Amino acid sequence: MSHETLQILWFVLIAVLWIGFHFLEGFDFGVGMLVPFLGKKDEERRAIINTIGPTWDGNEVWLLTAGGATFAAFPHWYATMFSGFYLALFLLLVGLIIRGISFEYRSKQPDQAWRSRFDWMIAIGSFLAALLLGTAFANLLNGVPINEKMIYTGNLFTLLNPYGLLGGLTTTAVFLLHGANFLVLKLEAGELKDRTVNASKKIWIVASILYIALGVYTYINNFWNKEIIDPGIIPITAVAALLLTGTFINRKHEGWAFLSTGLNIILTQVAFYMMMFPNVMISSTDPAYNLTIYNASSTQYTLGVMSIIALIFVPLVLMYQAWTYWMFAKRVKVDKKTLIY
Amino acid sequence: MDVVYLSRWQFGLTTIYHWLFVPLTLGLGLLVAFMQTRYYQTRDETWKKMTKFWGKLYLINFAIGVVTGIVQEFQFGMNWSEYSRFVGDIFGAPLAIEALLAFFLESTFLGVWLFGEGKVSEKVHLASIWLVALGSILSSLFILVANSFMQAPPPGSFVYNQELGRMELTNFLLLIGNLKGWLFFWHTIADGILTAAVLILSISAYHLIRKQHIDVFKRSFEIATYVTIASSIMVFLGGHAMGQEMRQLQPMKLASIEAIWETEQPASFSLLTIGDLTGKREVWSIKIPYAMSFLACNNFSCEVQGVYDIQKEYEAKYGPDDYIPLMVVTYWTFRIMMGFGLILMGLGIFLYWRMQNKNWMNEKWMTWMPYALIMTYLANATGWIMTEMGRQPWIVTGYMKVKDAISPNLTVVDLWISLIGYTAVYTGLAVAMFTLMKKYATGSPEQAMHEPIDVIPSISGKK
Repeated sequence: MSHETLQILWFVLIAVLWIGFHFLEGFDFGVGMLVPFLGKKDEERRAIINTIGPTWDGNEVWLLTAGGATFAAFPHWYATMFSGFYLALFLLLVGLIIRGISFEYRSKQPDQAWRSRFDWMIAIGSFLAALLLGTAFANLLNGVPINEKMIYTGNLFTLLNPYGLLGGLTTTAVFLLHGANFLVLKLEAGELKDRTVNASKKIWIVASILYIALGVYTYINNFWNKEIIDPGIIPITAVAALLLTGTFINRKHEGWAFLSTGLNIILTQVAFYMMMFPNVMISSTDPAYNLTIYNASSTQYTLGVMSIIALIFVPLVLMYQAWTYWMFAKRVKVDKKTLIY
Repeated sequence: MDVVYLSRWQFGLTTIYHWLFVPLTLGLGLLVAFMQTRYYQTRDETWKKMTKFWGKLYLINFAIGVVTGIVQEFQFGMNWSEYSRFVGDIFGAPLAIEALLAFFLESTFLGVWLFGEGKVSEKVHLASIWLVALGSILSSLFILVANSFMQAPPPGSFVYNQELGRMELTNFLLLIGNLKGWLFFWHTIADGILTAAVLILSISAYHLIRKQHIDVFKRSFEIATYVTIASSIMVFLGGHAMGQEMRQLQPMKLASIEAIWETEQPASFSLLTIGDLTGKREVWSIKIPYAMSFLACNNFSCEVQGVYDIQKEYEAKYGPDDYIPLMVVTYWTFRIMMGFGLILMGLGIFLYWRMQNKNWMNEKWMTWMPYALIMTYLANATGWIMTEMGRQPWIVTGYMKVKDAISPNLTVVDLWISLIGYTAVYTGLAVAMFTLMKKYATGSPEQAMHEPIDVIPSISGKK
């Protein structure tokens, strides 16, 4: 394959990894944020955590693989983004650390104060991660100051612009909704489930308003920009999926409600990559300084080797990860005898 | 304190912290998988209790290794962006492969092992712990291959692209097949197993001297004794081979570890050397003649280069700079690592000898056994400090210096925020982990057999 084909292939592969991550960790983050709010009793909180117990760690690896693949395929993208978003990523890491450790540790002590501390760490960690991811992605689309040496010239506050923050809040709200829908799907009938359904209705309103606002803002921002690929009907389909979620929740179509928020997340991401292509980092200083899949990539040889490895192992990973979801498809009961975490 | 200095401290601290947990994950995973296999074969309840007891400690340790590992993958780009640009074409590949092959495997099947008991067949449950152990081991292989590239880029695997100013991969198999990486791997896996064995010895001794749960801990102690002997020999052989390899590929590191100032033939091994404060001049030393030549090349007469000669050679080759690593650190960390390694090997043999006596559990030395654990952790940490400090001032030996690798956009304020932040978070993690480790390590195997207990409302002053 030619170098250019490989560069496009790896752009698509990394996009797929990020899409998978948003879909999967999206509900993990949502569930995490809901722990202290929906769980009134200890068993309820444990039941909430146990819905994602067996799979959250595997979901998080999508992020690590996306990071690793970016490093291998587009070293300049990895270098510019990770050093440029330094403090934002540091906070994201803190969020991921305190949340990850809490799943494993919270129920290993009987002490109420111990458990409540870890519950809040799960919620705050998930919130930080969702907010920062959304902010980062919005800024990628909007462009950030990058000089001719591919070096980011802003700071943390450069990222906290209105568009970035709206992106962060919208992502957080959509993840919350996705998480609530996942919980409804995974919980056995009972008080906790009813409470979750009620919460998801309220979250749906907030998420829809924010999402439409972000859509309009994005449209205005890019209206004059003839260079980007027009994502066509994808954004409007994403809006429709999100709006339909409300109907599904009201009619108690649990599976459909979850799939429609999932579809919204996937389509949003797809539109994002279409609008970015072939750029991977847009410079707000000068479009000539943009990082593209052509000037940020590894050699043809490295991309070729990595393609062979990905071709063999990605399907294998997808198979065994899908198998675990099937394995743990049973709904979770608020009953301490059956809970693990 | 500039950005490079603070970034080095941050990388060092976060990496050593991560490394406190990884060896145990590597070794204990294999041993727990072994115990569960024995239960599957024999249906002996003691094996089951052992699996549960050590499995619980494994999980507590695993969790902290996972979360601190995420930082590792991010900080190359965050703090060392110029390095990432320079070697991404080569170094990124093993990292991506590590995530794809190893991280998915261990995280997915850890979920199956933890939540799957009773849901999946017993065979699948047993297979899942083996897959978790395999995942961790694969992960260490790829990261060590990546590290060994930084230590000594294997000739033939790359070219330097003048126009783009970066290193490029030309032969993937030479990169992955790098002998240095595989020696690292051997040494590391053996060290992981040794760490796990000594942990089992220490905790089992704690229970045995209290005469409790004898069935579980006597068997654990005996197995761990054999494993200690075998793995410490493996560690030693790997280390010895690495020393010889170092003479070829990183003579400066070898000379600084041994405090060899002037080139010697035959070379003597320094038992104790006191340098002056700059670490660049010898004040006083005791040496064993010929021993260094033997360690470095298996004969008593070969030449071992001294740091002054290598410094001159490097100045001619790479331009003026200080190419001598901080010798007081490399010299002493090596001695701590090797000293404790040898003591642990001796300990294994001593235990085997004492076990020939039926009454070994009541002997006086048993009361000291719980402290053996400290030696493994010190040896683990000093080993990596030596390896990485001995590479200075290079980040990729011969091609890029650490000071040129830094992210140019970072400020001292950024670094202080993250350094203080990591320290605070990691301290909190350590407190939580230590609390749980202590509880489950000193608790009964029956406690580990049951899943989490009910919540008890906090009562002030009493848990």
